[in-house]
Amino acid sequence: MTLKKTVGMYESFIRSGRATRSTHYCAGCGHGIIHKLIAEAMHELGLQDRAIIIGPIGCSVFGYYYWDCANLSAAHGRAPAAGTAVNRLRRDAALALYQGDGDLGAIGFNHTFQAASRGEHMAVFFINNATYGMTGGQMAPTTLIGDRTMTTPYGRDPLTDGYPLHVCEVLNQLKAPVYIERVSVADTPRIMRARRAVRKAFEIQRDGKGYAFIEFLSPCPTTLSCDAVQAARFCIDRMEPEFPLGCLRDNSAAAVSRAPRKKSVSVDEFFKRSDSGQAPTAEVDRGFAERHIKFAGFGGQGVLSLGICVAEAARLERRFTTWFPTYGPEQRGGAAACSVIISGAQIGSPVVDSPHVLVCMNQPSYERFAATVRSGGTIIVDSTVQLDVKAPDGVNVFRMPAIDLSLKFGCPKSANTGMLAALARLGVTGLSEEHLLAALDSSFRRKPELMETNRMLFREAQIWMDKQKECSKERLKT
Amino acid sequence: MADRERGLNKPRPLIDADECKSCGRCIQACPSKCLRLSEKLNRRGMRPAEYTGAGCTGCAVCFYNCPEPYAITIEKP
Repeated sequence: MTLKKTVGMYESFIRSGRATRSTHYCAGCGHGIIHKLIAEAMHELGLQDRAIIIGPIGCSVFGYYYWDCANLSAAHGRAPAAGTAVNRLRRDAALALYQGDGDLGAIGFNHTFQAASRGEHMAVFFINNATYGMTGGQMAPTTLIGDRTMTTPYGRDPLTDGYPLHVCEVLNQLKAPVYIERVSVADTPRIMRARRAVRKAFEIQRDGKGYAFIEFLSPCPTTLSCDAVQAARFCIDRMEPEFPLGCLRDNSAAAVSRAPRKKSVSVDEFFKRSDSGQAPTAEVDRGFAERHIKFAGFGGQGVLSLGICVAEAARLERRFTTWFPTYGPEQRGGAAACSVIISGAQIGSPVVDSPHVLVCMNQPSYERFAATVRSGGTIIVDSTVQLDVKAPDGVNVFRMPAIDLSLKFGCPKSANTGMLAALARLGVTGLSEEHLLAALDSSFRRKPELMETNRMLFREAQIWMDKQKECSKERLKT
Repeated sequence: MADRERGLNKPRPLIDADECKSCGRCIQACPSKCLRLSEKLNRRGMRPAEYTGAGCTGCAVCFYNCPEPYAITIEKP
């Protein structure tokens, strides 16, 4: 009769095509002991079919060779990010992360910290061996003061290298974690304590109660250049004074299991709800000359929404289109610009370097972009702008008193509508006025009271333009 | 009855000599001090732990101290 044997692990480990029954770890490594505890808890709690373990980068990167459950690998330190995704997608999973001190405590610490702060449903097994084992014994965040490593050949000096990172204590400042404990696998009583902790962490996951964090002080005989028994003594004599063992927090009894997920909407259903479900799809039209348009001004003038409006009109006209904004960090007042491409075929890049049409609503944007307009192109500029910079040869500059008109109309935010009217009347977008107006309406679908005002402004601007034409015709006559 | 007197139905560790990496954690941890390093080398060229043949109580301390999954199992005939 077998009284005790390893459970929860594969019968044999397939590594590089060969089957073996031994781990890849050095003699006396703490990983093997902890692997067995995790496998045992998972098996005895009946969680193997629900368990997903996410491995780290480090010696234990090959955890998936051993644990007989679902295994994932994450980029260095990113197990909490991958785990968060698992959390969102598989609420029935009993999720565990297995990470070393370089992975969790250094490169991935912010991920750990944020996941803990969000109270993600995961059991985190943090293996602290006070060094970087796999890469050959460099200083880790957890390396003890005075200890020599490959990168601290004179010993870790707190003045230059800082102090050992107490991960449990840092996480204990957060509200969300349910359970935080530091254990060791240096000797039998400590291993038994660790065994109970692992079991508890998995119970918390089984019951959907939240974030559980266990730090293991684990011996690394190889980087310590000693035998397994001495390495275990190192954990007790040197590491424990710096990293005291014990349970920092256990709210598992009071913690509430998470509610079952509400029925979620499928992607198809989601898009059917919005009007884009009925959106006309673009049609290939090789005969349509692709147009590049740039809109520029300062934030708040509506240059970005003017671009959206033109792109929307293009969409209604079944053209391919892109809208690509650029703006400063400021919400309002900074330089703002956007590029719109309208095409009869699929568009590769949304970037516009030399536009066919430039719409400028202030002085700096005219000065910046006027020279980029293609020969034969058009610049529509607000009449407040001084034309100090000469437009390139063959570029038609049209001055539009859009700001003045909008002020006369009592809606100063609608200067962009005047510009849209100019675009429509000059016919430089290749889009019909009907679609441009429909797009203008749709930009106010959440503020219907403004729809009519803007339509009137649009008309008024066009009347002004027609008058200009009459004047210039008369001037030509005389 | 005769078996028990001769210790044949007592628990004992079964050590797979080829899986042992000779770290010595089990020997140091065993409360009955009934494990030792073998004189013979295993397939790896290491001296594996072996049972002295008497004193095992089946406490499984060696099992939990052993970092290898399949080096030690505890049996009772």
